[in-house]
Amino acid sequence: MATPLLSVRGLKIGARVYPPDAKPHDIDIVHGVDFDVEAGKVLGLIGESGAGKSTIGLAAMAYGRGGVKLTGGEVWVNGRDVLQSGTRDVRRLRGAEVTYVSQSAAASFPPAKRLMEQVIEAAVLQGKFSKSDAEARAIELFRKVDLPEPETIGNRFPHQVSGGQLQRCMTALALCPEPDLVVFDEPTTALDVTTQIDVLKAIKEAIRDTGVAALYITHDLAVVAQVSDHIMVLRQGEMVEYGTTDQIINAPVEDYTKALVSVRSIEHVEKTPTETPLLRVEGITARYKGTKFDVLKNINVELHPGQTLAVVGESGSGKSTLARVITGLLPPSQGNIHFNGRDLSAALKTRTRDDLRELQMIYQMADTAMNPRQTVGTIIGRPLEFYFGLKGAEKKKRIKELLEEIEMGDGFIDRYPAELSGGQKQRVCIARALAAKPKLIICDEVTSALDPLVADGILKLLLDLQKVEDVAYLFITHDLATVRAIADSIAVMYQGEVARYGGKTDVLSPPFDDYTDLLLSSVPEMRLGWLEEVIANRKMASGGN
Amino acid sequence: MRIPTAALFGLFFTGLYFFIAIFADYIAPYGLGEIVGDVWEPARLGYFLGLTPDGYDEPQYWLGTDQIGRDLLTRMIYGGQTTIWIATMATILSFSTGTIMGFVAAVNGGWIDQALSRFIDLVMSIPSLIVALVVLSVLDTTVTTLILVMGLLDSTRVFRLARAVAVDITVMDYVEAARLRGEKVAWIIFREILPNALSPLVAEMGLRFIFMVLFISTLSFLGIGVQPPAADWGGIVKDNKDGINFGIGAALYPAVAIATLAISVNLVADWILNRTTSLKGGRG
Repeated sequence: MATPLLSVRGLKIGARVYPPDAKPHDIDIVHGVDFDVEAGKVLGLIGESGAGKSTIGLAAMAYGRGGVKLTGGEVWVNGRDVLQSGTRDVRRLRGAEVTYVSQSAAASFPPAKRLMEQVIEAAVLQGKFSKSDAEARAIELFRKVDLPEPETIGNRFPHQVSGGQLQRCMTALALCPEPDLVVFDEPTTALDVTTQIDVLKAIKEAIRDTGVAALYITHDLAVVAQVSDHIMVLRQGEMVEYGTTDQIINAPVEDYTKALVSVRSIEHVEKTPTETPLLRVEGITARYKGTKFDVLKNINVELHPGQTLAVVGESGSGKSTLARVITGLLPPSQGNIHFNGRDLSAALKTRTRDDLRELQMIYQMADTAMNPRQTVGTIIGRPLEFYFGLKGAEKKKRIKELLEEIEMGDGFIDRYPAELSGGQKQRVCIARALAAKPKLIICDEVTSALDPLVADGILKLLLDLQKVEDVAYLFITHDLATVRAIADSIAVMYQGEVARYGGKTDVLSPPFDDYTDLLLSSVPEMRLGWLEEVIANRKMASGGN
Repeated sequence: MRIPTAALFGLFFTGLYFFIAIFADYIAPYGLGEIVGDVWEPARLGYFLGLTPDGYDEPQYWLGTDQIGRDLLTRMIYGGQTTIWIATMATILSFSTGTIMGFVAAVNGGWIDQALSRFIDLVMSIPSLIVALVVLSVLDTTVTTLILVMGLLDSTRVFRLARAVAVDITVMDYVEAARLRGEKVAWIIFREILPNALSPLVAEMGLRFIFMVLFISTLSFLGIGVQPPAADWGGIVKDNKDGINFGIGAALYPAVAIATLAISVNLVADWILNRTTSLKGGRG
């Protein structure tokens, strides 16, 4: 067997932490990881946040980000140990032999330079191509990653192309110097599913056509299954399992991998609508102040007591605006909202205290949804005090009950949000909403910032609480797997309108309208060959027209 | 809990200054206007440091005497009392008005924000020393008017900072959550915004206090601040400035006092800043 292109042996990565009241000390982030990548092969690194996958990816370029130090082990690229190489050697490695595609293309392109200039920069600097050759190669790569107008798109500035296009530009940028290895660090995580599929396709084809090897880092097993040959599962800086993609997906050995593969296996049977809806949104049209564009156009949906309405759509489809209209933060220009048998007044200021109490909200980012200067006890206790006038021991008793309900002990009462994990934070936000004894909770992307296993726990908790408290959810999400797991009815939103609306089974079964079809077929499925299938189907469909 | 050395140093000197200021009546060796000796007698402190020319006896007064023979140490102690009192009160006034106005502007937005901000811009467009000169030349110069004029003029700076900090906080989800709950403006300002805005405000407070000391000293030096026979540090500089021509350092003592006070107050402010930035209630 030939020597692998990239060979990592016993890689250890550490960082110095500075806790406020203790002496600075070193901790290990990655505890000795081994793997090989052969020329032309793709290795997927997968794990939750904090697993060390990005850190390992960057180590392939002999780089430690933000004070991270490569403390031990060997990283062999093309037959030399880059951790032992001098600065000059490392400089020749980066941008020539190994290149990098980051998660947020928008934050990585300097806005003041044209795309072409940035795409060819490394190739020209490294002396791989002359300027004109590099430009010719860039145009060829633009074509390969399916960018529109490949001849001239390089003259645009980063803000003149869409997010998905920018991510494809970055792929072209990484491939331009003809590297041997590309590190893809969550390249599609920030994109909508319908955009993600285009980028995935571009990346996959580019890898196939150029014969480059790649490290593909992501937390989404379904995505990595489409592009990689091997997969390595990481957890807390250690390898959990390593195998071919086929083996990891179809026959995982370790419990942790099994949990990752089987995530979102919640079964939820659709409930039938009741006589009277709890919330009826009638002909809502809304626009933001100072604009002439309707973000919502004639929205009509209903939500029945104790049930869940999922509002699905891409970013910009108006789903969060709908939440703002219902909560009264953005009064609509037309339409009415009926809630619990009465008309809700349009503006927040004129709503009664009961209106406010019965309609609660949970946010996407639990970090910013809680005041960092208040303890968990204050955060949950305030609605009790505010709506029910509870004080002292009575209040404390109720706080303990609520903490019990969200499966956290009363030891958390005096903790600050900074002392909680991401999942715990979201649970406290749920308790705060429950404290008001609401009839309806609006959940705005509550699981999208969480790791899959944690998100799963939150969804299960929400479903359990729905049974106990008989509360209805308006669940805003872009993730169709979540929708399948918890919805009773679904509203698919597209460009400010409801494209499809009805019971879960109806909405998710054919015949579909064009947009719902596109959306549903874009959700990555955890099996091999899914991407090819979708692409083939779409080609066929467009060929038929 | 460990207090860092720098903070201890700052705490000690700040405490010492405030202690002396508060108990000036008991600490000062002589009366405020009492003439005890000759004009500009040398300092005993200088004698021990070997700064007095040969042939002199050991002087009687620790810091010597001033331009009309009053004990300088006594003057410095009473001067410190006036200066620190006025600076402290003016800082408190400027922070309470500035912060509350800034928060109100940020929370309400709209025309309230516009009206307040433009009014503040208007006041800030005239140099504060000029405004103070004009106002104080019209009004009776008492300690109260000094505090009011200085505090209100300075509150414009605090307003800017407080508004800028609060605008960032009001867009956070937890403030929106409080609004959705139906909380009143007072709760949002004092319970949601203030605790999160405290760090930059405390840092600014340390600076502002020192600016106040300098401001009152400037006014007194120009003769429209604290009026004789009361003493303050700026006034002492003014009274003794001619002595510098004769090699007499009486005018420099207030400078040293202001500098050490400035440094120690800011060491304390830095320490408080460090403690308040911790999001874990200071228990790490």
